Amino acid sequence: MSKRVALEASFAAAEAARMADVDVVAAYPITPQTHVPERLAEMVANGELDAAYIPVESEHSALSACLGSAAVGARTFTATAGQGLELMHEVLFVASSMRYPVVMTVCNRALSAPLSVWGDHSDVMATRDCGWIQVFAENNQEAFDLVLWGFRVGEDPKVLFPVMVNFDGFTLSHVTEPVILPEQSEVDRFLPKFQYPFALNPDKPMSHGAFGPPDIYAETKIAQEVALRQSMEVILQGWKEFGEIFGRYYSPVELYRTEGAKTLLLTMGSFGETARIAVDRKRDNGEAVGLISLRLFRPFPLDQFRQAVKDAETLVVFDRCISFGGPGGPVFSEVKSALYDQEKKPRVVNLIGGLGGRDMPVKDFEYVIDRGREMASEGTTEIFETVGIRGE
Amino acid sequence: MTDKLTWRDLEVGNILLKPGNASERRTGDWRTERPVVDREKCNKCGLCWLYCPDAAIKVVDDGYYEPDLYYCKGCGICAEMCPKGAIQMIEEEEK
Repeated sequence: MSKRVALEASFAAAEAARMADVDVVAAYPITPQTHVPERLAEMVANGELDAAYIPVESEHSALSACLGSAAVGARTFTATAGQGLELMHEVLFVASSMRYPVVMTVCNRALSAPLSVWGDHSDVMATRDCGWIQVFAENNQEAFDLVLWGFRVGEDPKVLFPVMVNFDGFTLSHVTEPVILPEQSEVDRFLPKFQYPFALNPDKPMSHGAFGPPDIYAETKIAQEVALRQSMEVILQGWKEFGEIFGRYYSPVELYRTEGAKTLLLTMGSFGETARIAVDRKRDNGEAVGLISLRLFRPFPLDQFRQAVKDAETLVVFDRCISFGGPGGPVFSEVKSALYDQEKKPRVVNLIGGLGGRDMPVKDFEYVIDRGREMASEGTTEIFETVGIRGE
Repeated sequence: MTDKLTWRDLEVGNILLKPGNASERRTGDWRTERPVVDREKCNKCGLCWLYCPDAAIKVVDDGYYEPDLYYCKGCGICAEMCPKGAIQMIEEEEK
């Protein structure tokens, strides 16, 4: 029997890594991720988890250690947040290019300066092009589920990519919610043993990480790009099998009350739960409003996304990050680009808020919907507007 | 030889399943200077062979040592180490 327990997302993620029976954890503590490696270190020390816990001196080393571990075919987990993710930056690209299926949770945090340990999406958005599979959890159950799913998909021989499971710092990482923990036998049925086909082994020598001169580098990058896009098939299959075993179904683009919606709000991460209440209020008021939660960010679910928004008049994209000097918030500019050459598409407008842990209550999302609709009907020429920021 | 491969031919993660294939790659291409051995001065001590970081100095039939220019990168260590001053580094442009 599965059991319902009270866990913050950090502990839920650690529990998922334990049930996945990881072999190696290499991590460096950073707020608000600290509880993830802390709990795993505790499990290893108590003998609840038979794994090597590698204490390292930085996030750069943490992910580097994970690469070595994955290279010998060990199931490998790590976690970070904010500045830690940026310190890992160059190694992120090595992980995906060398196709090492590490699973990492990122407790999304704002970037310095000024120093902030609180949540927004500046950290993950700075890693958009790192070649990882990137997903967002909306609540603690999803944090647990997506970590399990991440191993299942990343380690699939047809995929072999690292997976980044994002959940919001503090809003989820430090908030206790009920989480359903499955039976170990169910997890084992969903998640086979990791059998890395290219594990380093002295008896079967091979070279990992050869250099790529100009006559071959471009080919390696195209092979990587094609493989990441083709991972969509296994991503969907993984969610289907997950639903069949655990009863919770996921999709790349989650829809909430979108039937007949003229205005759609798009969010990523935990703010979607608050935005749902705003959508409920609008629906109660007779307004045709729905919500789209972009769960899968990489590979970008172009088909599912276009299908989800094609009948709407207005799409209001809410970003928790500024792309300094860029063509709007990062999610907005991607979404707009995805729709540019479509015949049937909504008008897309952008609001930015929730930066550095600034709270976004329901009324703010009601404002985002109202103001977004106005911006569209006014034919705004502003790249974006802000919400909840003084001095507008 | 990699210039014949398409992106479809690459292993996952560009792993090379056959190790030790450097012998097939012409790695001396970026050399700007090459060592030239003066046999009048050479006493066949073999220090150049010992110190070459790329094992690009070969013993030839008559016991003398010669650089293998297919792999020699022109670092000049052999010339530096030669106790007899028998190895000169000359610009690749020169004949």
